[in-house]
Amino acid sequence: MELILEGVLKAIKMLISLDREVLDITILSIKVSGIATAISVVIGVTTGTLIAINDFPGKKVALSLVNTAMGLPPVVVGLFVTIFLWRNGPFGFLGILYTPYAIIVAQAVIATPIVTGITVAAMQQLPKKLQLQILALGASRFQMAVILIKEAKLSLFAAVMAGFGGVISEIGASIMVGGNIKGYTRVLTTATVMETSKGNFDVAIALSIILFLLAYFINLILTYIQQKESGSR
Amino acid sequence: MCFRYIKYGTSVFLMFIIFTVICPPSSAGEKNIILATTTSTQDSGLSDVLIPLFEKKYGYFVKTIAIGSGQAIRMGMKGEADVLLIHSPEEEEKFVSEGFGINRRPIMYNDFVLVGPPSDPAKIIGTGSVVKAFRKIAESKSIFISRGDNSGTNIKERALWRQGGVKYEGERWYHESGLGMGQTLNIASEKRAYTLSDRATYITLKKRLDLTLLFEGDRLLLNPYHVIEVNPLRFPKVNKAGARAFSDFLSSKEAQSIIKVFGVDRFGQPLFFPAAPKKQKGLER
Repeated sequence: MELILEGVLKAIKMLISLDREVLDITILSIKVSGIATAISVVIGVTTGTLIAINDFPGKKVALSLVNTAMGLPPVVVGLFVTIFLWRNGPFGFLGILYTPYAIIVAQAVIATPIVTGITVAAMQQLPKKLQLQILALGASRFQMAVILIKEAKLSLFAAVMAGFGGVISEIGASIMVGGNIKGYTRVLTTATVMETSKGNFDVAIALSIILFLLAYFINLILTYIQQKESGSR
Repeated sequence: MCFRYIKYGTSVFLMFIIFTVICPPSSAGEKNIILATTTSTQDSGLSDVLIPLFEKKYGYFVKTIAIGSGQAIRMGMKGEADVLLIHSPEEEEKFVSEGFGINRRPIMYNDFVLVGPPSDPAKIIGTGSVVKAFRKIAESKSIFISRGDNSGTNIKERALWRQGGVKYEGERWYHESGLGMGQTLNIASEKRAYTLSDRATYITLKKRLDLTLLFEGDRLLLNPYHVIEVNPLRFPKVNKAGARAFSDFLSSKEAQSIIKVFGVDRFGQPLFFPAAPKKQKGLER
């Protein structure tokens, strides 16, 4: 109990004094997970829309694959991204293993199926006749897709939140492909694990409180935007 | 119909281009070194002192990957690291003799200690040798937490069981954590179990642990750390100059004098003893 209190006090101290190292780690976490989420939204929303509005053979198989991938274990992603990015691996020429870019790649791989899956579900919830109506008004299929995305916007915000929540809290992939390098690839989750193994439980608790607050505030902002949109309809 | 796919394809392609562009070419450059090292150098905080100094002096950027010695050697064998700082002498010798590494130099040493619950159920205090102490743990079936991760500590521990002729694999009292030294000590403390630890990590974590140092001083427990450069002839992508610079730095008088006093301010005793210039003393092999 005493330890938790110590941790909370330490977190407050770190937040107030704007501890340089903690600040850098927090900013890096936001940057990396933010970019990864952005990439996953671009790929996920496009793929999800394509799957939702098209009927093709094997659609159910594709969907079930996406749904399974929504639960991809981060360590598995981390392992494969590491193997691909090794110096002597297929993408070794990029030289990005143990850099923040490697973490972005891994996190984007984790978040993309989440965003894709939720997008498909959101699209399929729209009335089927809406598509026909839009097409009847003379829109191209591309324009139709854009309109459908706009219609499903509220659910898509949920997709963004789920994707971001998935990657900011993820550790297995970040530690494998990033290496937890001080001042370079150390993010909130990997720092927490390291401080725990160093026995600095107060710092570890402080870091996890910061992580939680961060996740909360970002979701708060997104929820605000979402609800505002919903009110304006 | 087709148009849509082209558009999709292009956007993915564009993303890839943008992505490659924002990747700094420097990350593959000659100023980066990948150092594969043990968890003990990171958990004790030594790498946080030595590496920034090296980076400032030589202008390299060191990517420290803190893993077990066994895993570090595996990375070296694939040419995925430039330089190793590890503590697993037998594996190191094999690594060098098989042509994976060059220029193996002693950097520092400390020793392993056998820690356990203060009540010492296996009665190992005052035992004559570490092998006997291990045997007593097995005979009393007291819980022992092994790293189980092929780290230098884990390899040493398995060798000690074998020397005592103890069957440990699959025994009910023998648990493998698969984690770093710090985590393993925490588990041992919670489960009132015995474990083998390097002295540096144990001293660093001591105040949070309910573990007592029960056995030390056997010459079998010597724990030397060596630096090895990954062989650039075998792996052309290795940063040869950077690895050599790092090895030279660790052997330098400056780094050695830092190692000598590291930890004294916090714990009243050093965590490592320098080994590069002079002969190892105190604990002879």
